[in-house]
Amino acid sequence: MSTAERPAGATAGATMGGTTDTRERRAPGLVPVTESLRTAERHPVEPAAVPPLPPAQGRRWPFLRLLRSELGLTFRRPRNLVMLGVLALVPVILGVVLRAIGADGGEGGMGGLLTATLGNSLMLTFFALSILTTLLMPIAVSVVAGDAIAGEAGAGTLRYLLAAPAGRTRLLAVKFANAALFSVAVTAVVALSALVVGLILFPAGPVTLLSGTTIPMAEGLVRILVAVGYVSAGMAALAAVALALSTFTEAPIGAIAATLVLIIVTQVLRVIPQLDFLGPYLLPTWWNGFDGVLRTPIDTGELSSGLLAFCAYIVLSLSIAWARFTGKDITS
Amino acid sequence: MTTVQLDAGAPFGAAPPSGGDAIVTRGLTKRFRGGQVAVDALDLTVPRGSVFGFLGPNGSGKTTTIRMLLGLIAPTEGESEMLGLPLARALPRVGALVEGPAFYPYLSGEANLLRFDAADPTADGRTVRARAGRALERVGLSAAAGKRYRAYSLGMRQRLAIAAALMGPRELLILDEPTNGLDPQGTREVRTLVKDIAADGTTVFVSSHLLAEVEQMCTHAGIMRTGRLVAHGTIASLSGGLATRVRVETPDTADAARVLTGLGLADVRAGDDEVTAELGGHAPERVNATLVGQGVAVRGLGVVRPSLEDVFVGLTGEGFDVDG
Repeated sequence: MSTAERPAGATAGATMGGTTDTRERRAPGLVPVTESLRTAERHPVEPAAVPPLPPAQGRRWPFLRLLRSELGLTFRRPRNLVMLGVLALVPVILGVVLRAIGADGGEGGMGGLLTATLGNSLMLTFFALSILTTLLMPIAVSVVAGDAIAGEAGAGTLRYLLAAPAGRTRLLAVKFANAALFSVAVTAVVALSALVVGLILFPAGPVTLLSGTTIPMAEGLVRILVAVGYVSAGMAALAAVALALSTFTEAPIGAIAATLVLIIVTQVLRVIPQLDFLGPYLLPTWWNGFDGVLRTPIDTGELSSGLLAFCAYIVLSLSIAWARFTGKDITS
Repeated sequence: MTTVQLDAGAPFGAAPPSGGDAIVTRGLTKRFRGGQVAVDALDLTVPRGSVFGFLGPNGSGKTTTIRMLLGLIAPTEGESEMLGLPLARALPRVGALVEGPAFYPYLSGEANLLRFDAADPTADGRTVRARAGRALERVGLSAAAGKRYRAYSLGMRQRLAIAAALMGPRELLILDEPTNGLDPQGTREVRTLVKDIAADGTTVFVSSHLLAEVEQMCTHAGIMRTGRLVAHGTIASLSGGLATRVRVETPDTADAARVLTGLGLADVRAGDDEVTAELGGHAPERVNATLVGQGVAVRGLGVVRPSLEDVFVGLTGEGFDVDG
């Protein structure tokens, strides 16, 4: 096989001639047609007509271009916007309900965080995050990340992306970056909505933390930011798991459902006391770790353990996804 | 215009000059899990500048071959190469339509083109709208550019897929069953488009299960049957393997047969209302004049050129899905 590189079309002319004759051809089963062979003529490829493509480095950031296209798909897709809308609505409902039931609801299972929410506008954000990280935010992230590869495969668009050529590793990296950014968006939407609702419904001012100390409101906002970063990382870890599952199927609903089953099963395992030793290895265990920011000083030990667990999940899942996806036959 | 050079004397499967081939495969084999052999030791050479018809019934391994060429599935054995380049460098120069169109239903036709262009690392994002506009114009979809793909008809979808294949300067176009599901009008449009593209110097590799289509569009053809390449060459060399015959419609079959034999035509066969014979080097008008001169009542006289279908039947002894 001739693998020597050569300028585009440089040698092509040598292999070709043209045809001039017009002849009668008979198509099977049809009347004879007179057809000019000119129409099926072979022309020499002129080097000028096909300029050599510039090398990939010649383009600025092809990775970012694909990522931007990916983000455009994700954030314009009605389904995803509806999910973000629902997530923004939940803190509103939580705030209104808490405000309505007032202090007498404070003795429920939520304990300190719930009582604290009634006393300060910023606490609703933490309360909303702790409620939504259990299921609703993971669902939204699973839908986007589980759909990432399986959805393209199911629709057949995967073969055209790869023939473009997107490159399997690059496509996987873009898909993960997209899902991670969607995780950030999901967390930010919840936090922002809760913050606005909190400021409207509850008293603003210095924040009293779970440990009893009081910090200025500005520092409270910084701690919200830290919590948002932490929860985003936790959701990104889930996105990596969903992405890995997404490389195993051509049915997006399969990957999404598998991720959700995984979440629910681990949540169930966590409440069985005899299985406590499993806790540190389960992803959902760490999602609520952001309440470390509500201690004085900030419980960095818990936060960093959580982040480490997230990183471990991301590395492991992406390795599986990469191994599976780069070796996979795309038959869809 | 230059003279005819169709490698007419070359035997089936003869390798054209090795330099600059658009597609070369060597012993390309795909065995799926379960042992089914979809493609069996395929040695294929598609010369640059040709319009290559990749012919075979449904299920003969055409699409599997195309998927291997594009790197979508890995061959079990053997290798393939396009444009003499490593796959990642060849693909940006190759436009492909594989097993029907596939797009994002909630995006417009134009947005779909932008999406796939973004996946090509060599494509320039600054020129993409202009390129999309040209591609859409070329397939006659300009008016529907802003319409959602969901609302496209089958013919429009097929044309959008061809537009996507034309987004960049392509040296090779791989079209898998480009006329599948199109009405006769759409089929003719696609055929014209393929000829236009080929006239620009782009090599076109078109798979089809329709013999007539390949005969009309292509300069070369390869015939697949159950994963194997059974014939391979220029259209002229393929159908040149069989003799051109003259067919005489007449009630006087015995007389006609006698005259034709007298003229020295070989393989004279008399039917109910017609007589056929190998034409050899004889001019059909002279044959006609002789027949009429000898008092044979000639109702019709025609020259029957061997078609690819005859070649196929001759090679495999099988019928063919002519109109699929």
